[in-house]
Amino acid sequence: MATHTAHSEHLDTSHAHTHAANDDGHEHGGPKVYAAVLAALLLLTVITVGASYIDFGGGMTNVVIAMFIASIKGSLVALFFMHLRWDKPMSAIVFCVSLFFLALFLIGCYTDLATREPAEPLNIKTKHAPGGQFGPPAPGAAGAPAGQPAPGAAAPAGTPQAAPAKH
Amino acid sequence: MNQSLTDVDSHGEHHADHSHDSRLQHHFATFEQQFDAAKLGMWLFLGTEILMFGGLFVGFALQQAAHPEAFVAAHHHLDKKMGALNTVVLLLSSFTMVMAVHKAKQAKRAAMTAYLLVTLACAGTFMVVKFFEYQHKFHEGLLPGAFYKVQHIGEVPNQFIFFSFYFMMTGLHGIHVLIGMILITWLVIKGRTGAFDGKWYTPVDLVGLYWHLVDLIWIYLFPLLYLIT
Repeated sequence: MATHTAHSEHLDTSHAHTHAANDDGHEHGGPKVYAAVLAALLLLTVITVGASYIDFGGGMTNVVIAMFIASIKGSLVALFFMHLRWDKPMSAIVFCVSLFFLALFLIGCYTDLATREPAEPLNIKTKHAPGGQFGPPAPGAAGAPAGQPAPGAAAPAGTPQAAPAKH
Repeated sequence: MNQSLTDVDSHGEHHADHSHDSRLQHHFATFEQQFDAAKLGMWLFLGTEILMFGGLFVGFALQQAAHPEAFVAAHHHLDKKMGALNTVVLLLSSFTMVMAVHKAKQAKRAAMTAYLLVTLACAGTFMVVKFFEYQHKFHEGLLPGAFYKVQHIGEVPNQFIFFSFYFMMTGLHGIHVLIGMILITWLVIKGRTGAFDGKWYTPVDLVGLYWHLVDLIWIYLFPLLYLIT
């Protein structure tokens, strides 16, 4: 930051521009800053690959760590490579607003998913419900296959019985 | 005499003693204003890009939450090393791109062209690696939706959902890389005649922003697709 200020002052005197006109015409950052950012990005890539080999316990912990590291990397790219750190605030506002609406989208969908039965795509043949039951667990469904000799034959017979029971 | 009169008429008397730069469109007062307007437009476009990819990310997140075991099983078919290599290549290309913008500002034509060509080479490398990854998956039948070929009896079901997202997301990203390559080639051709300097380098800066966004999207795609365990 100190070098940036000194650099910009030097240019101010040599070109005798007003400060406003000078802002966009001359370089912020520079090769050293960009190289440092690249080094940080590569280091974080190594860390995130390394972290993927470790099980932090619980399926979501690894995802959260990976997304956290990705967000640091993304911030570095946006702030330095995309110049948001030195830009007029308008670019950052547009960027943050789009991220805000993406967050709303994600939070809304996750809330929906967490609070009710998932809607399955129609082409999924195998339900992931525990016990391999077809359809939502109904009071009569568990008892029906018990008397049948073959589980495969029981499933088509049990489904029509279970379906009207819901209504 | 006639020539100078028409010049004054079309540009106003203030421009009579300047040599008018045709790169400054007459509806902008200054280069700075023109640059800011162009950049705002570019950022709005990038906002729509974020939301377009965002829809896919949200869909991925929901299906992953609904079928965690299928997503974990499917992601083992991806080669972490290939993904990591492409990440490094793309990060490197982002660095060379920002250096190209830096050199364009300083009107250092040769250096700018060199950095743009390295960026182009990195983008090409990315696509070649992607080609081999796709080829492997096509060969194995690891394809989206109904085209998915079951690998072995008793495998974790519903893995085709992961590959639907994999091909949609990396495919859309790959199309963006290809468009970026076309744009960078255009910059190289345009830059050879010395079109860019500190006053006007808008195309280099905007293509740079686009390229960094492509990099930014990959930064999230890589851990989501390749590293989830």
